[in-house]
Amino acid sequence: MTVGIVVFPGSNCDRDVAWALEGCLGIPVRFLWHEERDLSGLEAVVLPGGFSYGDYLRCGAIARFAPVLEEVRSFAERGGPVLGICNGFQVLTEMGLLPGALTRNRDLHFLCQSSPLEVQPGACRWLGAYGAGERISLPIAHGEGRYQVEPEQLERLEDQGCVVLRYVANPNGSRGDVAGLSNPPGNVLGLMPHPERACDPVTGGLDGRRLLESLLG
Amino acid sequence: MPLFNARVQVSLRPSVLDPAGEATRAAAARLGVEGVQRLRIGKAIELDLEAPDRATAQARLELLSDRLLANPVIEDWSLDLAEAG
Repeated sequence: MTVGIVVFPGSNCDRDVAWALEGCLGIPVRFLWHEERDLSGLEAVVLPGGFSYGDYLRCGAIARFAPVLEEVRSFAERGGPVLGICNGFQVLTEMGLLPGALTRNRDLHFLCQSSPLEVQPGACRWLGAYGAGERISLPIAHGEGRYQVEPEQLERLEDQGCVVLRYVANPNGSRGDVAGLSNPPGNVLGLMPHPERACDPVTGGLDGRRLLESLLG
Repeated sequence: MPLFNARVQVSLRPSVLDPAGEATRAAAARLGVEGVQRLRIGKAIELDLEAPDRATAQARLELLSDRLLANPVIEDWSLDLAEAG
């Protein structure tokens, strides 16, 4: 089992993800530079947080055209597990692997705090270890995390069980309190909170650990 | 090959909250400028593009606007195109 971690120019949580996976959970990782195309031998791919390509134009807008993401798209379409954290979630929406968009926080502040969340795992393979309605707390750190989608589409996402993580106290104005979204088959998860920063009791609790442990099956 | 000047105007769709626009509107009031009822911040992108003819230039710019310069989920765009003279 090896997990690929995509590294764009401007990614800054790639090593945190590696620490959480390899250091805390003993899962080997391989860094994937944005120009690479070889995903062979990987059982999952993580798009980490940061500011890919400086967030120029829009968050994730330039990253979407990175060669590695063509491979990640086919990997996801074949059912491979893909996790987009923070900037990674923004990239997934720009790529169209998840619907909607992430926009400037309602109050314009960059939010860096613990955030209580409610989990509705549904079919999401990343969240199978959490109970329906379970409350957890994960760190958030973003300036552009306000989830935006048309009301009819939000309703559809709710009906399909795709809204898998919600803010208990909506910090950024996200429609439907959306903090994390799964695709209907459940192999792709995008979320603004940082589970990789909650895998070690020393640095922020353990509530993110089960999410990454799901890779161990 | 003819050169075209283009300007793509990207604006947030009306249903999307524009907190930066609201903050700027509040600052306008603090400057003492009264009566600003609406202020929305978008972006303008200026391009020079070579293309064999106007229709081709138009098609390329529409693709570019729709797929890269704007995100249609949250943004609308409009295009001004003129042959450089």
